[in-house]
Amino acid sequence: MHELIDYIQSYLDPRVTTTPGAAGNIFWATVYILLVFGGLSVAVIAMNWLERKILAHMQVRLGPMRVGPHGLLQPIADAIKLLLKEDIIPAEADAFIFWIAPFMVVLAAFTVFVVVPFGPTHAITDMNIGILFMLGVSSLSVLGIVMAGWASNSHYPLIGALRSSAQMVSYEVAMGLAVLSVILLTSLHGVDLGLYGIGANNPQAYGTLSMIGIVQAQQEQGVWFIFKFFPLGLIGFFIFAIAMVAETNRAPFDLPEAESELTAGFHTEYSGFRWSLFFLAEYSAMIAVSSIAVTLWLGGWLRPFPNALNGPTWDLVFSLIPGMSFLLLAAMCFYNVARMPKHPLFKIQTMGLAGFGAVLGLIGVVMFIPAVRDRVNDVFWFAAKVAGFMYLYIWYRGTFPRYRFDQLMKVGWKILLPLGLALLILTAAMGMRTELWNQFQEVVHGL
Amino acid sequence: MNPVATPFFFYLLAGTMIVGGILVITRKNAVHSALALITTLLAQAALYLMLYAPFVAGVQIILYAGGIMVLFLFVIMLISIERAAKERQFNKQWLVGIVAAAALGGLFITIYTTTTKGKELFPEGRMTYGESQNTQQIAALLFDRGAGQYMFAFEIASLLLLVAIIGAVVMAKKRI
Repeated sequence: MHELIDYIQSYLDPRVTTTPGAAGNIFWATVYILLVFGGLSVAVIAMNWLERKILAHMQVRLGPMRVGPHGLLQPIADAIKLLLKEDIIPAEADAFIFWIAPFMVVLAAFTVFVVVPFGPTHAITDMNIGILFMLGVSSLSVLGIVMAGWASNSHYPLIGALRSSAQMVSYEVAMGLAVLSVILLTSLHGVDLGLYGIGANNPQAYGTLSMIGIVQAQQEQGVWFIFKFFPLGLIGFFIFAIAMVAETNRAPFDLPEAESELTAGFHTEYSGFRWSLFFLAEYSAMIAVSSIAVTLWLGGWLRPFPNALNGPTWDLVFSLIPGMSFLLLAAMCFYNVARMPKHPLFKIQTMGLAGFGAVLGLIGVVMFIPAVRDRVNDVFWFAAKVAGFMYLYIWYRGTFPRYRFDQLMKVGWKILLPLGLALLILTAAMGMRTELWNQFQEVVHGL
Repeated sequence: MNPVATPFFFYLLAGTMIVGGILVITRKNAVHSALALITTLLAQAALYLMLYAPFVAGVQIILYAGGIMVLFLFVIMLISIERAAKERQFNKQWLVGIVAAAALGGLFITIYTTTTKGKELFPEGRMTYGESQNTQQIAALLFDRGAGQYMFAFEIASLLLLVAIIGAVVMAKKRI
């Protein structure tokens, strides 16, 4: 028993600066996995509500208003409805593949979070091949989509699956090129990261694929990679930001589930719980690719303006922001409690909203405690950046009309791919500019 | 930290690969065969991980399981299953097949018996240091000024792929 407690506490030692996976601590790795899984599920539920609400406001509607104050409980009602629905497997379907396809998609979407770095120590584990692992595992989700579309043995799902496999394979190329340019950038300042980083004997010469290593490289170089070699980093980010929308089958690239043409695309024949698994996978895949973008270009867990607003005072100010933002949310809740209709029918809703506000306020107050503050700061900044991307996704959906399939292929192969190749070459040239200049001078001297 | 590369996992993965491989050739439905092949390829990727080569494992998953097999499925999905099930196998090459398989099996057994004579199947000393820098080591082997030995072979392979791409485009397009 004593040993067990020691084992659990050994990871809490402030000298431990690695992830539980790297430290080999199974207990904390399990805790982190549960935390990430729970957080992700809550995020997906919140996204469900936010998407309907924000989209409604963009189209000058109200959106869900009935279940709970401002429809806050709508996702829970939806979830209960989906779980209670009849689970239909079409008679002509390939039952086994039909059954296994949604699990495949969910597995791929959730497994990638093993390497997502919410902070220098706040990741389940760090791998030497982190970004490669994320791209590889998320590319497996297309297999699940193809399986679902084929196993349904129906026309719309099959066409949806064909479209989605063509789309994902095409945009993966552009995405990979954009990621490669960032991996080139990590080698510029050689970071010595010990065991899970890079070659210790000559740190100057090597880059890294590790997700934590990529953020640490941005920290060492003192610049987020979106601003590196302006505008090269920005172009890389731009390519990735387009390709990631296509990879997750979201508007304006949502041809695999274009409802006006294909009913619901590859998941037309799915119902109830199995359909909700596809839903879950789609949203967690959106969060996963957004966290790749945040890690690679937006400095991961690093706070904004580390150069312009540095020093202990600014550090303190920025470390107070997480608690302040929760207090702001709580204040908004209480403001709406005051605005609630004073009718007996709204009594329970008002009390519920006040309770929700109190919980948010409590979380905000807890976040001001210095020990907690230091530990959640990185997670907060990471989550805030990812949340920005989530808003962008909804914004795209509310703004852009859907692409035609030939336009989609044209954007992928004729615009993003050449742009990505040019970007890769230019980034390499910029990284080697002193060497190239010296060579050039030697050649000129030789003449 | 105890090494994960234990014989148990080796047998598990190898068993998965063999079962998957057998399913690939015994399934009548081509899509089921392709899915069995994907299982085999994923187990193979895990075997690379056991050999402390994470980069190779990652590339295996991205290229084979996520890329090539998706394109395979893309084509296979459009085959009519009912017609394919009725079709009889038209190439009767079981004799050649048996001879080739026996030759390969004999080769494996010979190598196995000659190299493990008087030794354990799983050697005691394992390479455990390479994992953290596998990517960098492969890069050094390919491109490093001093240690890079395989640059030429790598470039030749890339050229071969380029020729294949151009050939595919020329064959598929009627007018360029």
